[in-house]
Amino acid sequence: MSKAWDQLTWQEIEVGGVLTEPGTARNYNTGDWRSSRPVWDRDRCIKCGICWTVCPEAGISETPEGYFEMNTYCKGCGICAKECVTGCIKMVLEGS
Amino acid sequence: MAVPEQKRIGMEVSIAVSHAVQLARAEAIAAYPITPQTHIVEHLSSVVANGELDAEFVTVESEHSAMSASIGSAATGVRTYTATSSQGLALMNEILFIASAMRLPIVMTVANRALSGPLSIWNDHSDIMAARDIGWVQIFVENGQEAFDHTIMSFKIAEDHRVLLPIAVNLDGFILSHVVEAHELLDQETVDKFLPPLVPYHKLDPAKPVTMGAFAMPELFTEVKMAHQVALNNSYGPILEIWQEWGDLTGRHYKPVETYRTEGAKTVILIMGSLAEVAETAVDAMREQGLPVGLVKLRLWRPFPFEDLRNALAGAELVIVCDRALSLGGAASPVMAEVRSTMYPLPKKPRILGYTIGLGGRDTQPEDFEKVVQHAQAEVKQGPSQEYYIYGVRG
Amino acid sequence: MEKFGFAESTKFDTYASRMMPRDEFFTSGHRSCQGCGEALAVRWVCKAIGKDAIIAHATGCMEIVSSAMPQTAWMHPWIHVAFENTSAVASGIDAALKVLERKGKLTGARPKVVAMGGDGGTSDIGLQALSGALERGTNFTYICWDNEAYMNTGIQRSSATPFGAMTTTSPPGKQSYGQRTWKKDMVAIAVAHGIPYVATASPGYLFDLYFKVKKAVETPGPAYIHVLSVCPTGWRSATDLSVRLARLATETAVFPLFEVVDGKYQLTVEPPKIRPVRDYLKPQGRFRHLRDPEVEFIQKQVMDRYKLLLEKCQAPFPEFVPVHVPEGI
Repeated sequence: MSKAWDQLTWQEIEVGGVLTEPGTARNYNTGDWRSSRPVWDRDRCIKCGICWTVCPEAGISETPEGYFEMNTYCKGCGICAKECVTGCIKMVLEGS
Repeated sequence: MAVPEQKRIGMEVSIAVSHAVQLARAEAIAAYPITPQTHIVEHLSSVVANGELDAEFVTVESEHSAMSASIGSAATGVRTYTATSSQGLALMNEILFIASAMRLPIVMTVANRALSGPLSIWNDHSDIMAARDIGWVQIFVENGQEAFDHTIMSFKIAEDHRVLLPIAVNLDGFILSHVVEAHELLDQETVDKFLPPLVPYHKLDPAKPVTMGAFAMPELFTEVKMAHQVALNNSYGPILEIWQEWGDLTGRHYKPVETYRTEGAKTVILIMGSLAEVAETAVDAMREQGLPVGLVKLRLWRPFPFEDLRNALAGAELVIVCDRALSLGGAASPVMAEVRSTMYPLPKKPRILGYTIGLGGRDTQPEDFEKVVQHAQAEVKQGPSQEYYIYGVRG
Repeated sequence: MEKFGFAESTKFDTYASRMMPRDEFFTSGHRSCQGCGEALAVRWVCKAIGKDAIIAHATGCMEIVSSAMPQTAWMHPWIHVAFENTSAVASGIDAALKVLERKGKLTGARPKVVAMGGDGGTSDIGLQALSGALERGTNFTYICWDNEAYMNTGIQRSSATPFGAMTTTSPPGKQSYGQRTWKKDMVAIAVAHGIPYVATASPGYLFDLYFKVKKAVETPGPAYIHVLSVCPTGWRSATDLSVRLARLATETAVFPLFEVVDGKYQLTVEPPKIRPVRDYLKPQGRFRHLRDPEVEFIQKQVMDRYKLLLEKCQAPFPEFVPVHVPEGI
């Protein structure tokens, strides 16, 4: 988007306030919220994908090797670490 | 263009409206019955059941759901119609604002009926006056022919991509809805040519997903409402254009403000709806007596036709606005307030008095208009005792 | 129309996380709280309904976190109108699709109509519209996001708030132990309308949820799914426990997972041993004020109701009169 959303003029707003492009929430980086982040121990990760399944944010992505890691949207809730069957995910404080 | 031969048939106005909806090929009708709108929806139900109209009739469980389902069907891209009155209009109130904000073409007949309390099934305009600010186009008709005509025209106006707003066509409950009048109907071919199939502007379709009804933060809300305001005001042009097209087609020309014998009229009565015809009889009688009285009939209520009204009232010294509703505790009855506001910027203004007549279906005869004029003229001479009067109250 | 019989439980044809569909229809970037069980459920329901669907959504948490102009987290065609009318909006959409299909104006298959609302918009303010849509045999699926209070407005009680729970309008105090009444049984209400498919689902069992939703949208006529939506903010639980709590709700029989197919009840997750209800209540701050008498009352009610449910599952002939007449008859 070229213009900041809070600078749009009334003429620039779509008829009826309709949002014509789906999925634009992706422009909002919810990762700014987190105070801790999940870290995978790849020696224990069995690539099962349960962490990817239980993330409310779709905040976990698969790597080319088939492991999983957090993406920019992770809010740091810790559900993945709790549900991981091998216990290979640990939540560590941001900035540490 | 030659006006096609039209059949002239006596039928109940409700049936004529229903027939108009059928000719307009409405596709989704979600309605809840309420006196005095019932005959419209009953007849539509039966034409759908007989396969005479290819539509879905959704027997919703309340008027709130009727308007909600209408939004759903209009948003999915089909021609949508509903009808209601009084309490039903009040019940769907929150959704009415949303329908117009979402810029969805919906045509709704309002068979005007008094709002409770006390409960009354009879006619006045309190129901629609409580819905002035819903952001819809609003039209008032005087008789069955107008109800038929405006129902069909309103689909074309609503669906026009320059408009994209829902339209309320107001007709007086019982006085019109339940009365047999002569109607010149049009045939399906003529209506099809006048009103082509709906082309939705936005619609809910997995092939092109959109989000409708997102919420607005304070930074955006004003701009969205500005766009709505401009759209409603700008609908004036297409409305006149389509009314002109209808006039060329049928010979019946409609205007936002119509006048009756206002030439040289020093005193002008202003009114909306079917009582205009009663007022015309009164004007004739007063003119017979040599009184310079005329009548102004307001047809287009929203968007309000400021210039047309000022032109129609130019030359009047006394304007008597006959409201069909009250604005309890307010300075003026609804229509009177807006007329006064319209005339205020003029350097030379007529005296404007307000009379609320015919509340809750009270019978109003031509003599009543004559009495109102006499009363108003007397009040002006001695200085008005009130801002507005409730005419005919005993006690 | 395929008749779903007693033997036909919800069948899985995929059972590995990695094999589940990767397309996200409820995208990242939505503003739900961390650890929101409801958002997790929405993510999977949206995958299950498939691309060819139209969603009508009520005012509430999920609507607010996902549709702040000018951004939207929805990849589906989506409409929000008001709080209590999403079922009525869905009725209108269904009617329109019927007409479009009859007139040959649909470009592809007829899209599924899915209405979504919270417990407030379903069992309280939205109950009338839901009942009307179910009774009319509307061809749609209704998903109730039950986080057990009016969460979006700040955690006020609803008729879905469980007995004894603390909310801002059912606070514990010197003269109160929290919510005074038992949770309204929305599943029973849905079944009483004679609709062909009703189910409970939970983000603690995401495969079960996924395949139930698929089944619901394929069922002609109305379908209703009640989803337990764990809310760490309102339930005062740790954000990482949302899936764990959902699982505990089923393991303690507080929220059994079952479906009702043409009136026939069947459990879809049967815990071999039911855990004490305290295991479920303890991690939630909203129950922290409960004393033994209240907890024992809850335990007894939960087990009594679970036994009733098991009896219903065993009943050979369902007491069920389908109100909906399928299309084509």
